[in-house]
Amino acid sequence: MSQPVAAVRHILIEGNKSYHNITEDLCSPTEKSPSREWIIAFSLSTVFLGLYVFAIVWTVWKGIGEWGANRSINWAWDITNFVWWIGIGHAGTLISAILLLFRQRWRTGVNRAAEAMTIFAVICAGQFPIFHMGRVWLAFFIMPFPNTRGPLWTNFNSPLLWDVFAISTYFSVSLLFWYTGLVPDLATVRDRAKGFRKKMYETFSFGWTGSAKHWQRWEALSLVLAGISTPLVLSVHTIVSFDFATSVVPGWHTTIFPPYFVAGAIFSGFAMVQTLMVITRKVLRLEQYITINHIESMNKVIVLTGTIVGVAYLTELFIAWYSGYIYEQFAFYNRVFGIYWWSYFGMMFCNVVAPQVFWARSIRRSIWWTFFLSIIINIGMWFERFVIIATTLARDFLPSSWSYYRPTWVEIAIFTGTIGLFFFCYLIFCRVAPVVAIAEVKSILKVAGDQYIGPNAKHGHGEKTHHH
Amino acid sequence: MAAENTKVLYGLYNDEEVLKGAVKAANAAHLDIMDVFTPFPVHGLDPLLGLKESRLHYLGFIYGATGALFGFLAMTWIFVSDWPTMYGGKPYWSVPAFIPITFEMTVLFAAWGMTITFYTICGMWPGVKAKTLDNRITDDKFCIAFDVTNASDSSVDQLKGFFQNTHAEEVNVKTI
Repeated sequence: MSQPVAAVRHILIEGNKSYHNITEDLCSPTEKSPSREWIIAFSLSTVFLGLYVFAIVWTVWKGIGEWGANRSINWAWDITNFVWWIGIGHAGTLISAILLLFRQRWRTGVNRAAEAMTIFAVICAGQFPIFHMGRVWLAFFIMPFPNTRGPLWTNFNSPLLWDVFAISTYFSVSLLFWYTGLVPDLATVRDRAKGFRKKMYETFSFGWTGSAKHWQRWEALSLVLAGISTPLVLSVHTIVSFDFATSVVPGWHTTIFPPYFVAGAIFSGFAMVQTLMVITRKVLRLEQYITINHIESMNKVIVLTGTIVGVAYLTELFIAWYSGYIYEQFAFYNRVFGIYWWSYFGMMFCNVVAPQVFWARSIRRSIWWTFFLSIIINIGMWFERFVIIATTLARDFLPSSWSYYRPTWVEIAIFTGTIGLFFFCYLIFCRVAPVVAIAEVKSILKVAGDQYIGPNAKHGHGEKTHHH
Repeated sequence: MAAENTKVLYGLYNDEEVLKGAVKAANAAHLDIMDVFTPFPVHGLDPLLGLKESRLHYLGFIYGATGALFGFLAMTWIFVSDWPTMYGGKPYWSVPAFIPITFEMTVLFAAWGMTITFYTICGMWPGVKAKTLDNRITDDKFCIAFDVTNASDSSVDQLKGFFQNTHAEEVNVKTI
């Protein structure tokens, strides 16, 4: 109120909103009948989800032989898609945890949807290694538990098992973080609802009242969950990169993989958040809450992480040359100019060259550029994983076993099907829960609302801002 | 938390700054506030209400340490004593290889332990019916509540006067 406001502060809530306006605007998508766009999108996702179920049933019924995966390219599309989805699943926790620790206010506009996206992306990611096991009904063998097979335990020295622990921990902790953040907002929806909906939200909101002590504990819990989620999110993709880095395959056996994978994960995660946010803000009419300032902040993260990824690509090539080790050199020569050269150049263009346009402020603040580039980056990051997996395995140790890999319709159907699964979950989420964190947006209103800061602010804040 | 059938006199305010002013006035007049309800966490309110810092994070540390020990000792027992298996010529007790899972177990235990504790000490679970004084508290109203179950008429009048002086928008009585 009486504090001077720094000029560097961005307006994050537009339209002269009161607390009540915020409640109305953010609850209304859960209260109105679904829009035509939503129904079309939901029907389409359901079709793809159906395709997914069909392709999975086909795989389980007939066996993994229905896939194009072969010896030696046994990880093929499947693990490519797994890593792609897991990478996408990193932005949510990054936004909610790391940006909370750094006290970045713009996180409040996008954290809820990004966390939801994380959860759904991890669900999609999980499908791939589970069905890649082949005899999926024995998938529980990956869990260490006293059993009648000896007891024969899992191998705790294997990065693949570390992955099981990392991803399931990540999934469950993200779920707790997301849901605990959601509880006060579900109470807001509950207190506006009637009849059956009220009953439903009473159950979902766990009896939240908004008592001062509860808010205090809620904030303490959020902060600690953020604190432990930050190393967690870094550990997950580090461990995913160990799946490759601890092998003895040239092209995989590199120490640069953990930071390179983490930067790539943040990069692709933010790209997917942009894809979703650009659509969500338009369809749910949330432009005043997910503003151009939010989009620009995320584009800055994208250009930074995209450049880190670019440096990693070049470092990898340099070190391969510098090592003087011909097998390593061949692996990278093959990666760039080999049979899958098109995927390498696709990756370089989409991930390193294309995002550089975000150095221009006008492009960072353009919705169409943002949307277009977010799709390009999603594609580029898929190429990255394909490059790492397919090109390396297609030229392994024995030239006699060198081969080429093409996906079959089953693999393509499973992959596009998981996109259907993802949007199916996301669209349901948009209908039942507030997509933007209501309480958190209210808590920043007085420092980020356009009636308090910015050129149209009341009470003559304008002249004070010049002193900062 | 209030017991069953508590008669509550509460006032609703429109702004968190007005609310904080009212809490200060209540402290000055030695009024015993039962609870304050807000639509979002209001910073600076806890010291005014005399709320001590939450000790949840200490518990988080204990849960995390438990998870770390559990993970590490379980792997040690399994690989060294229960079923020693040689993998790649490495020692049975391969400590560096146990670090990732030990870390994950630390986080898993800390997160679940703290979250379950949070809901338990707040008395919140699916199926708990919220003791809501007013539906607008989760929207845009800031509420100060007094327990007047056994209060005399004169003290109720004093509280009503307090609400009037501190610019409460509405004053109501409700049994929760």
